[in-house]
Amino acid sequence: MRIAVTSALVATMMASTAMAGGHAGCADGKTLEEGVLTIATGNPAYYPWVLDDAPESGEGFEAAVAYAVAAEMGFEADAVKWVRTSFDEAIQPGAKDFDFNMQQYSITPEREMMIDFSEPYYSSAMAVLTTGAVVDGGAEATIASLKGLKWGAVATTTAVPMIAGLIAPDSDPLLYGDNTDVTAALQAGQIDAALFDLPTALYLSAVVVENGAILGQFPADRSEAPDQFGLLMEDGNALKECVDGALAALKDSGALAELEAQWLQQATGVPVIE
Amino acid sequence: MSGSETTAGGLSRRAAYEARQRKRAMRVAAGSTAAVVLALVLLVPLAPGWEKVQRSFFNGEVFAKTFPGLLEAFLTNIYIFAWCAPLIAVLGLVIALCRDVRAPALYPLRLFGAIYTDVFRGLPVILVIYLVGFGIPGLGLPRPWNSPYIWGSLALILVYAAYVAEIIRSGIDSIHGSQRAAAASLGLNEKDTMRFVVLPQAIRNVAPANMNMFIALQKDVALLSFIGPVEIFRQAGVYKSLMANFTPYVGAALIFLAVTIPATRYADYLMQKQRRART
Repeated sequence: MRIAVTSALVATMMASTAMAGGHAGCADGKTLEEGVLTIATGNPAYYPWVLDDAPESGEGFEAAVAYAVAAEMGFEADAVKWVRTSFDEAIQPGAKDFDFNMQQYSITPEREMMIDFSEPYYSSAMAVLTTGAVVDGGAEATIASLKGLKWGAVATTTAVPMIAGLIAPDSDPLLYGDNTDVTAALQAGQIDAALFDLPTALYLSAVVVENGAILGQFPADRSEAPDQFGLLMEDGNALKECVDGALAALKDSGALAELEAQWLQQATGVPVIE
Repeated sequence: MSGSETTAGGLSRRAAYEARQRKRAMRVAAGSTAAVVLALVLLVPLAPGWEKVQRSFFNGEVFAKTFPGLLEAFLTNIYIFAWCAPLIAVLGLVIALCRDVRAPALYPLRLFGAIYTDVFRGLPVILVIYLVGFGIPGLGLPRPWNSPYIWGSLALILVYAAYVAEIIRSGIDSIHGSQRAAAASLGLNEKDTMRFVVLPQAIRNVAPANMNMFIALQKDVALLSFIGPVEIFRQAGVYKSLMANFTPYVGAALIFLAVTIPATRYADYLMQKQRRART
């Protein structure tokens, strides 16, 4: 709760400075390569964050935000260079090969001790991905009903502490290496449900999981265990203020909200978990 | 020996020379070891990135926070190991015996043994774990029979039994043919020859090699984490991503070493004992 409030405060402060100044020129001499903004994404980058694993196209929410931030910082689209990293590469000590890294990194105080995050560019609702068979079996969008399910999650995500914090299921969750393994376990009936950010869950249930269903969501503006995505940077990166300024300007002008509406499905149809 | 001179200590000149050489060798060894350790301790922290590496890999605060959770997760490893190891030993022995069948009518068994070891030794463990761990439950088994613990363990058992079978077979082959001939002349049939003459010696011969397999198994149990079980390696990965810090892996490594080093030393001891017994 406090983190959310503080970051909102910081964001407004940033916004006011941003309006006074400008951002072009802020990044001079602070990027890896002069005049070029190097942005990292996942390998592969997933829908709907990046379409067709091709961030260069600017299609998909994160790819679009990346180009918007770059433009705000004074980089033309052809001055943006893409690289790929895993999560582990992003947090390894030593020199990084990107200016900032963008692959749905949730901002947490523990992580912030080792690396820097920008201001959040997206607040994620968390959704319960399950199958039609489980729903037919009587699972409902209530905490009491969710407690009785067998849970799964991707081990490297903040979904793990959220399952413990928001749901506290009766049996320990099973954890997997990536989205594919979670859906395989769901399909094999080894888990009943998995927790993902809403856009990922909508995609998986519609396209990947056979007979997939979204049971419900914890809305993005929940006070308990919020999940906000930030751009990841090396600890102490001088570029942070420029990136934050650019993001604040995008929020202020409503451009960020427009991109969200353009690339991410509206979540209105998904029931909120009681 | 009238010509030999003795020194004050009562040693021959040769013995005294050798003692000096030995002392000198020890001094040199101690000196060079100290130099290497000193260089590591002094020079590594001088590297410009040392502070960051230390914060990422050797972070006392993170270590203290995660170590108890890692120890708890290690119990899962122990359980999985405990039920896999005896089953591997049994299946390995059965496969080895299949490959040693001599009656022509039982040739299909021999063929089965050969194909089994070829296939399971040739496949990467992780593929077998995925295939058996996700594939078989995917056929529609009800809970709890689709548990990743059951099928993941089966995958480990299948793969490791192939290796163990080959080790036992090499042990059986190491027993000289004259032993079988002698047993036959005593009136033992083929089954009893195998049971009372060949196997006891064969198993003893390959005990150290099998010990190594079990040390390897102890580490490969971690591969089961790919299909869901939260054992120590997965738990360390969870901590790693939550804290953006690699220290939990160091904690997990220490726990592994605390088990594998004594086990390795014990295997070495067995091997040495065997060598002494043979000479």
